[in-house]
Amino acid sequence: MFTQSPPSTLAPVGLLRRSIGLLDALVSPHPFDRYAELVAPTFSSTEVRGRIVAIEHETADSVTLTVAPNRNWRGFEAGQHVALTVEIDGVRHTRCYSMSSSAHRTDGRFQLTVKAHPQGTVSRHLVARARVGDVVGLTVAQGDFTLPTPRPARLLLVSGGSGITPVLSMLRTLCDEGHDGDVTFLHYCLTAADQVAAAELDALAARHPNVRVVRVFTDEPGAGDLDGFFSAEQLEAAEPHWRDATVYVCGPAPLMDAVQAHHDAAGLAGQVRVEAFTLPQVIAEAGAVGGTLRFDASGLSVASDGRTLLEQAEEAGLQPAHGCRMGICHTCTRSLRCGTVRNVVTGEVTDEADVHIRLCVNAPVGDVAIDL
Amino acid sequence: MTTTSTPDRPLALAPRTAERYGLDAEALDALGRELDAIRDGIIAGLGAEDVAYIRRMIKLQRGLEVGGRGLLFAGFLPPAWLAGTAMLTVSKILDNMEIGHNVMHGQYDWTRDPALSATGFEWDTVCPGDQWRHTHNHLHHTYTNIVGKDRDVGYGVLRMSEDQPWHPAHRANLPAAAALMLFFEEGVMLHDVEFDRLQSGEKTFAEAWPTLRDGLRKTARSFGKDYLFWPLLTGPLFLSTLAGNAVANIGRNIWAFTIIFCGHFPEGTHEFTVEECEGESKGHWYFRQMLGSANIGGGRVFHVMSGNLSHQIEHHLFPDLPARHYKAIAPQVQEICERYGLPYATGSLGSQFGSVVRKIWRLGRKPVDAVASRVTGSPAGFDVAPAAA
Repeated sequence: MFTQSPPSTLAPVGLLRRSIGLLDALVSPHPFDRYAELVAPTFSSTEVRGRIVAIEHETADSVTLTVAPNRNWRGFEAGQHVALTVEIDGVRHTRCYSMSSSAHRTDGRFQLTVKAHPQGTVSRHLVARARVGDVVGLTVAQGDFTLPTPRPARLLLVSGGSGITPVLSMLRTLCDEGHDGDVTFLHYCLTAADQVAAAELDALAARHPNVRVVRVFTDEPGAGDLDGFFSAEQLEAAEPHWRDATVYVCGPAPLMDAVQAHHDAAGLAGQVRVEAFTLPQVIAEAGAVGGTLRFDASGLSVASDGRTLLEQAEEAGLQPAHGCRMGICHTCTRSLRCGTVRNVVTGEVTDEADVHIRLCVNAPVGDVAIDL
Repeated sequence: MTTTSTPDRPLALAPRTAERYGLDAEALDALGRELDAIRDGIIAGLGAEDVAYIRRMIKLQRGLEVGGRGLLFAGFLPPAWLAGTAMLTVSKILDNMEIGHNVMHGQYDWTRDPALSATGFEWDTVCPGDQWRHTHNHLHHTYTNIVGKDRDVGYGVLRMSEDQPWHPAHRANLPAAAALMLFFEEGVMLHDVEFDRLQSGEKTFAEAWPTLRDGLRKTARSFGKDYLFWPLLTGPLFLSTLAGNAVANIGRNIWAFTIIFCGHFPEGTHEFTVEECEGESKGHWYFRQMLGSANIGGGRVFHVMSGNLSHQIEHHLFPDLPARHYKAIAPQVQEICERYGLPYATGSLGSQFGSVVRKIWRLGRKPVDAVASRVTGSPAGFDVAPAAA
């Protein structure tokens, strides 16, 4: 409904793809795209890619990237995210980020706001080293953490830290739509200096009488509108009509848990929508046994005994293609769907989704799912 | 027919290759640790430079291809035809060797770029990537120069080792090799069909058919492109373009055959028996890779054009590490060989090729001691010599 691309722009893409299909035969085995991208790096007849066209450092450890996507982008709804792929030291990394801009930008571009996490390979790279002109891999917008249509009459948008991005996009989108229902924007961060879009939030609240921005700086008592962590009293102070509000929460797990528990107790669990982005992954010690090993394509699950994925797959009755069984021929390469695996030869640990791994030299560490 | 031991072959006459070099299990382990250290050093340094390098190569190859095909539209001018054909030949060589061979080895899998992944890459030859990955990455690189297991020893057609039983058909060893050289891509494509095993009854046609069908499909696409679509696009220059494409394909065939045969079959490279490799250690695996391979000397351009297979020894030690590093570690590998008293076979392209030709010729002649036991007791796979070479 609020996509940037009206349906009429979809047909030419299909046509383009069909014509390129013909060209592919002429230049086989390398598809036409592989030639075109050498001249125009964002061009692809199938993939969503984008170019970073502006970079803004609002706080010391965050960055807001403006991305111009290629024509395979279909727009987004406020609250959705993309899987962003960047190359760092020659290695591709993919992470999900919520759009932070309004879904109604007229130039077809969107913004991502990224906060550097101390151990975050990708977030630290984006904050410190992203440059205007960089080409990034994208997906179409994903996720159902979105506002219903018609918009709820009363909204409570709660966020903590970098969880601000999807609800910031919602607020900007609602303001662009001229939405006149009450919106309370309750945001938590450590200090005032950590707050993203501070000036714009003030401006939006000033311009739109139905928008109320409530800030809590948990490490800086007295500096914000309220103090401390989420509580019933705090909520009462921020939005006295909270019982009538539809709630969207995104942030650290304790914040989301607290809001959900509060509404559960009030019998209003159905009014809360949460977006869990940064769930801490439970990673077992290297060499530990246990956990569940799931073979997604086969629909099989087994209790992991710590041996290599290939051995366990075979024990489970599967017959994955394989060759040398010593890691050199790459015949048994498959995608890691989720979880952590350890290379039994090098000790290297891999925990990124959709990365290719060799079954014969990798063993699961904790719960693992494989595309097999 | 699939015996794995040779009881009629006294041990004294066939000592384990490692023992001949005075290496016991402990020494082989030490050798393995030294080579592992070199490997770790390369892995630690992998990064943006490697990706930039292979992308430059891809850009160069695609540029040459587009330029070469473009020039053939002016193929009525002899210099344009010659330049176009030459560019297309170089493009195919780069695509197959420095790019295709190396990418399909998984040398760039660590980048997680689908365009550089071993399983995602498809090269410009008639051989489907999947099949090559099976015969080459698995059979050839795991069982390098083990007669009866490494099907690259003679490609099921030629007699390339004393350990392969002689058959009268091998009198045609040299002409058969010349034919394989001209039609190398087709040879590589048919390699996985294993005609020799079909003939001996070890494999049924039904088992071989899917492989053959996929190979023929890819051949149809590849031939359709080079010998029909592009010639048609050049209109009246149909035959001129077709000829240019044929020269490029055959030129690439000759070059690839030369580099590959010089990498494993010059006199002095070793073959191994199945039993001496049973349950082998990592050190013995390294040892076998070094003795079964030979390097070719040359300049920078030559190394790139050979896909760095001119450093065949280093490639066989570390087949899944980016080939651009082989040159830098070659002195260390050579030093290790000297210290362990192992040969490090290297020579110029001319001398290595001459040596290969002499070997093909020599092995084609009936051996003076064509002992019956050799024939009956040889390892699996080559018991039945191809009747028609």
